[in-house]
Amino acid sequence: MLKVDRIYKVFNPGTVNQKIALRDVSIQMEEGDFVTLIGGNGAGKSTLLNCVAGVYGVDKGTINIAGTDVTKLPEHKRATMLGRVFQNPMMGTASDMILEENLALALRRGQPRGLKWGITNKERETYRQILSHLDLGLEDRLHTKVGLLSGGQRQAITLLMATIKKPKLLLLDEHTAALDPKTAERVLSMTDQLINENNLTVMMVTHNMRDAIKFGNRLLMMHDGRIILDIKGDEKKKLTVESLLKRFGAASGEEFTYDRTLLS
Amino acid sequence: MLEIIKGAVSLGLLWAMMTIGVYISYRILAIADLTVEGSITLGAAIAAQAITIGLNPYIATGISLLGGMAAGLVTGLLHTKLRIPALLSGILTMIALYSINLRVLGKASLSLLRMETVYTVFERLGLEFSWAVIVLGFLSVSIVICFLYWFFGTEIGCAIRATGNNPNMVRAQGINTNTMIIIGLVISNGLVALSGALIAQNQTFADVQMGTGSIVIGLASVIIGEVLFGKRNYFLRLTSLAMGAITYRIIIAFVLKLGMHSNDLKLFTAITVAIALALPIIKDYLNPPKITVEEGE
Ligand SMILES: Nc1ncnc2c1ncn2[C@@H]1O[C@H](COP(=O)(O)OP(=O)(O)O)[C@@H](O)[C@H]1O
Ligand SMILES: [Mg+2]
Repeated sequence: MLKVDRIYKVFNPGTVNQKIALRDVSIQMEEGDFVTLIGGNGAGKSTLLNCVAGVYGVDKGTINIAGTDVTKLPEHKRATMLGRVFQNPMMGTASDMILEENLALALRRGQPRGLKWGITNKERETYRQILSHLDLGLEDRLHTKVGLLSGGQRQAITLLMATIKKPKLLLLDEHTAALDPKTAERVLSMTDQLINENNLTVMMVTHNMRDAIKFGNRLLMMHDGRIILDIKGDEKKKLTVESLLKRFGAASGEEFTYDRTLLS
Repeated sequence: MLEIIKGAVSLGLLWAMMTIGVYISYRILAIADLTVEGSITLGAAIAAQAITIGLNPYIATGISLLGGMAAGLVTGLLHTKLRIPALLSGILTMIALYSINLRVLGKASLSLLRMETVYTVFERLGLEFSWAVIVLGFLSVSIVICFLYWFFGTEIGCAIRATGNNPNMVRAQGINTNTMIIIGLVISNGLVALSGALIAQNQTFADVQMGTGSIVIGLASVIIGEVLFGKRNYFLRLTSLAMGAITYRIIIAFVLKLGMHSNDLKLFTAITVAIALALPIIKDYLNPPKITVEEGE
């Protein structure tokens, strides 16, 4: 479903600020894979997701999504195959537009947009159903400006928008990191529910080791622009935070000094 | 007195299209587009020249509309394809239009005195000139508002509105934000040029200087419209822009009547807009917002 082949990403090349954010990264994901991606601050996790999504072009290597070479495709063209949720709850929705307008934009992902009405009455009914199924109290707020909703609600909506049109690949970048612990847990369980119901292929960045172990069928760890651990299958099921920390130390030759991760 | 208000209303209706154009770039796309200073004159110049060489005034006005759209297209391409900042893109097109407008006019000012204009048909129906302007102005504004109400409810229209609000999200939904910005600027400048064409035929001349400061007049009208007439739904919001343009003209008519020299008008308008734009900060200063701490952080 996703094939990343030896990609490199360098920011500000040739200047004093040069930063090699991705070094020779390769990943192969099968359909239905749920990969959790973990690593310290600045490891390159967001850069990897942004390169897959086409926010940045890569300097070397190729990216293939669902059999299509997307290496040279612009962001909005790749978006037809992708669902994305960002760390910042403000980023995934248009705050000045009402809830149903946001959902309607997402429902048309991958379709050419023309001069038909932006929302139809039939859709409104669908939105109400989906929202009441998610039990967020949002089914009666289709006409509320999204900017007036809480961060958790906005993240839940972004998640819905990312999956309302089944994506070939769902990219989640620390999408619960900006929420308070209780809300984060709700959004995460909703995430898991949506992924299972729709049988999605997912790459989820998290800063929480427990979540990285608990969710998904495969765990990747990044460090300094490289993938240093790739744990799947039964091996992943047996993982504990302690064993993961030990393996991180062995693979990177460093102590894992990422406080947020240890705290939670 | 009544004459003053009548004059202000007719002028306000003609400037309403321009105001709506400014609203599209400034509020919907969140771009301060200075192209309008050139495209309003372009609209006037094209209409004046086309009428002078004997074209039907309605066709002449139509060509003005297309001319303005082309100007918007140029700014849109400079901004999106060449990645020139929006403000600078608008300035470049505006400056370029100054020369183009001089070319179109052939001289600094072109008179339309005693020539047939879009208003002539209405005069033939027995209307006095000032009423002819009001009737045609009202019709044009109504058509523009209905068109935009429909357009911004379509799939493309929604995508344009979202682009000004959150371009990252829009791209993530598979929409080419560059295309949306270009379409928005094309429509915006088309309306501004249409406004210019109608204004020129009302004042019976086109002048290469007539666009100077027009962006500020447009902004003033947008703000007056929003503040005084609210914006409960989209249709009323568009209507409030026309009301804002008319109110602006009435205010100007009164300050002139009260003895302000017409040379000082632009200074007056600029100060008014500066104060209006600074209102949020002035409010915060007079009564500071309470700091709220996010829970859980
Ligand atoms: N747009 C950018 N310009 C310059 N440097 C960047 C940019 N984005 C990320 N970086 C750098 O690349 C490295 C990886 O960043 P990122 O992928 O955001 O890490 P994380 O794993 O925390 O998500 C960091 O050193 C960061 O400073
Ligand atoms: Mg990150």
